[in-house]
Amino acid sequence: MKTPKTPAVVGQDIQRVDGLSKVTGASKYTGDLKFPRMLYAQVVRSPHPHARVLNVNLDRAARAPGVCAVASGRDFPFHVGIYLKDQTVFATDRVRYVGDPVAAVAAETPAAAREAAELVEVEYEPLEAIYDVQQGIQPDAPRVHPDLGDYECVPWITPKEGTNICNHLKVRKGDYQGALKSCVEVVENTFEVPQVQHVPMEPHISVARVDRAGKVEVHTSAQSPFTVRHLLCACFNLSHGDVRVSVPTVGGGFGGKAGINLEPIAVALAMRARGRWVRVMVDRSEEFYAVVVRQGLTATLVTGVDREGRVQAQKMHYLWNCGAYGGYGVNVVRAAGYTCGGAYEFPNVWGDSIGVYTNRPVGSAYRGFGMQEIHWALERQMDLVAGRIGMDPAEFRLKNCLGPGKQTVTGQVLDEHSGRVDLCIRKVEERLRADRRTDPGDGLIRGRGMACAVKAPAMPNDAASAVILKFCEDATLEVLISGTDIGQGLQTVSAQFAAEALDLPVEKVRVRGQPDTDLSPYDWQTVASRQTWATGNAILRAAEKIKEQLFSVAAEVLGVDPGRLALRDQAVVDPDTGRSIPLVRLVMGYQYEDGHAIGGPVAAHDSYLPEGLLFLDPETSQSAKPVAKWTFGAQGVEVSLDPRTGQYKVDRVVACYDVGRVIHPGLIRGQVYGGVVQGLGTGMMEELKLDEKSGRVVNASLMDYKIPTASDVPGVMEAHFVETPQADGPFGARGVGEHTMIPTPAAVANALGDACGIQLKEMPITAERVWRALNRREDPK
Amino acid sequence: MKTDIQVRVNGVMESRQVEGNQTLLSFLRDTLDLTGAKEGCNEGECGACVVLLDGVAVNSCLVLAAEVDGHSVTTIEGLGDGDDLHPLQQAFLKHHAVQCGFCTPGVILTSISLLEQNRNPSEQEIREALSGNLCRCTGYRQIIDAIREVAK
Repeated sequence: MKTPKTPAVVGQDIQRVDGLSKVTGASKYTGDLKFPRMLYAQVVRSPHPHARVLNVNLDRAARAPGVCAVASGRDFPFHVGIYLKDQTVFATDRVRYVGDPVAAVAAETPAAAREAAELVEVEYEPLEAIYDVQQGIQPDAPRVHPDLGDYECVPWITPKEGTNICNHLKVRKGDYQGALKSCVEVVENTFEVPQVQHVPMEPHISVARVDRAGKVEVHTSAQSPFTVRHLLCACFNLSHGDVRVSVPTVGGGFGGKAGINLEPIAVALAMRARGRWVRVMVDRSEEFYAVVVRQGLTATLVTGVDREGRVQAQKMHYLWNCGAYGGYGVNVVRAAGYTCGGAYEFPNVWGDSIGVYTNRPVGSAYRGFGMQEIHWALERQMDLVAGRIGMDPAEFRLKNCLGPGKQTVTGQVLDEHSGRVDLCIRKVEERLRADRRTDPGDGLIRGRGMACAVKAPAMPNDAASAVILKFCEDATLEVLISGTDIGQGLQTVSAQFAAEALDLPVEKVRVRGQPDTDLSPYDWQTVASRQTWATGNAILRAAEKIKEQLFSVAAEVLGVDPGRLALRDQAVVDPDTGRSIPLVRLVMGYQYEDGHAIGGPVAAHDSYLPEGLLFLDPETSQSAKPVAKWTFGAQGVEVSLDPRTGQYKVDRVVACYDVGRVIHPGLIRGQVYGGVVQGLGTGMMEELKLDEKSGRVVNASLMDYKIPTASDVPGVMEAHFVETPQADGPFGARGVGEHTMIPTPAAVANALGDACGIQLKEMPITAERVWRALNRREDPK
Repeated sequence: MKTDIQVRVNGVMESRQVEGNQTLLSFLRDTLDLTGAKEGCNEGECGACVVLLDGVAVNSCLVLAAEVDGHSVTTIEGLGDGDDLHPLQQAFLKHHAVQCGFCTPGVILTSISLLEQNRNPSEQEIREALSGNLCRCTGYRQIIDAIREVAK
């Protein structure tokens, strides 16, 4: 048994391996790729929020100058969707939101495509539209998907035929009603979260070609090339072997590029223009409403507490505004269900998470996967309950939070490797108290608040990541991964893991991190904050196989047992004798002095798939291990508020997460700062506003939909980490990428509550909302 | 309507005929294949397309190619390469001020323009100078730190 050594590369602030390409402009994003005689597409989108499509006439468009292909719904009848197959490439008989694709044209220039798209004639019969979940869930509401009962879906999603409900997860634990009766205080509140958009700096874009032999090739800005391939095959009834998807550098994803988006449209047009590359992109305006957005949420919570301030009964009713299609969003509904209690131990639980179709833009994955939305409700509720019983909010959280030995809402008992939210709460509290600032003056009021966060990877139980490690002739190691680096730094931590495992300087490692399904190992998806953990584990496993191969040949050459060999300084060494063979003489096979050779090119494939996950009980959602891991954290916020105007500033954010192990200090700080600021965006300013007469999003531009700029960032952002090792994590690491934006809005509202006693229940927390709360004026409806 | 222009791009004189409605961004990306300047919104709101026009940061999506006749343009490709990085490029690497990288060329060029005009900007001045360059990944903190280091 070898003694474990102190990591040399893991935990170090090495330079991003894709950094040089990015600061020099060398990185190529999908829109930077040039193809000979490429065609440009224009999508014809529905102007109606809900209508029957009576007829689509492409004849005039097809005859327009420069047009090479036209396509519409009737040609592509296959339903597609990652979990629930409720969508077609183009609307066939019905459009369900303003922006629903109806047809598309491909032409020699973008201008020709735009002009031809104007000539597509679509006959609609408008139908009554619904935008509100309360309305959508009524038995007599217009049906967004009358064929819901006919759609295929995975067994763990439960759409309700004859309704607008695309999924419903129930959590039943203990005796909620009985426990409620014994509580000394019962607090009920309803909270609202609007639809928001991801706003990646690179809008969605895909390029496709179907060559004359029938091979389909796609270059796309996507998070998950293998899932894109899989869904394209379902969509067009193709063999996986005939479809190639490659992902160049991606300019931000945040969940919006998790599934398929524009790829089917590009492929449909490419099928009509054999041999030509077809590029489909959305402009910034379409990015806001035509691709995907985050679901809205209406959450009603009932909390019953006993004399000691322990929550005894907790009811959670989450109504999700999924928009027009629920293909991906149904799993947000599910994740919110089995995580419905957040970071707390509630002994008696009545939870419902219900997804409702409406005629709004399509809800989908967004960093946090439903968690920021439910934590807005849960963490506001914790402060409101603490206020009611006169307990300090941090103390109330500590009294009720999860931890080793505690039980989640699904009945899972957490073990000592599960992370410690209590330590995160204490750290945040300590930092907020330690640096208490003086009175801000000028009539401003200071307030401080905190909120907790928890999230697990929401993924199928068999979601796998594979890697290939292989050597170049000069013993440079190539690491092939199919997790995409959407900015989070996956390529860099992959290089660290490989270098660490094989005792290589990181400069001798090259991560081939732009996956191509024809050449790269399988990976399910880059979502769920799972890559550092899953791909990291796969790299460590493959590295063991590399060592076996190297040691086997070296042992034969040295005439020793392979078990006593070690890797050191780019050589295989026998520590007992000091004899060694440089890697460069082993990685392509070893040649003896007489000329004969043994071994061969050294390479290994391995994978990681989470072990021991168990389905939820269909009626109660109880499961001893429903998810692979939990990551906990907390954030504290300090605000200064002008009570005369409702304007406020977030002066400081203190974040603490139990990440298991910090693999890269600079990158993980970047995840915290980026997540906090994105959280401040949705918390303070972002909301997709819909005109209910026309069904159109009225603020679909960066001018009207504000995201944080450098001027909006708090003066102080602190990132702290607890390191309780994850038993099945690489070097103990667990995911944290999404978690950093989960608690921020609630922490801001809690700080404003601390400042002036207002009880905010709706996001975003605009100055106007604060002013109305201060002056007890209702929001205009 | 086509116009003949002569423009110095990254030190190289380019003589081209351009359409009257072609933007500088399209001229750089589509005509010269300099793809470092990105199209993030095409309406001057995001800053991903920022280049230097006679040393001053501009949104190249709001400038017509015909307007740059007789002027000098610097893109990220004209800044430095692997062996010889600009101090700001080095600082961005050191401070991990890059995530997805889509905004990075524009942010670096805006920072150069700022430091040309103000050798030692305060944090507030840096924030204001950057407020036309949107970044959705980094939260700006490490970008500001990188610029401060070079400003010192």
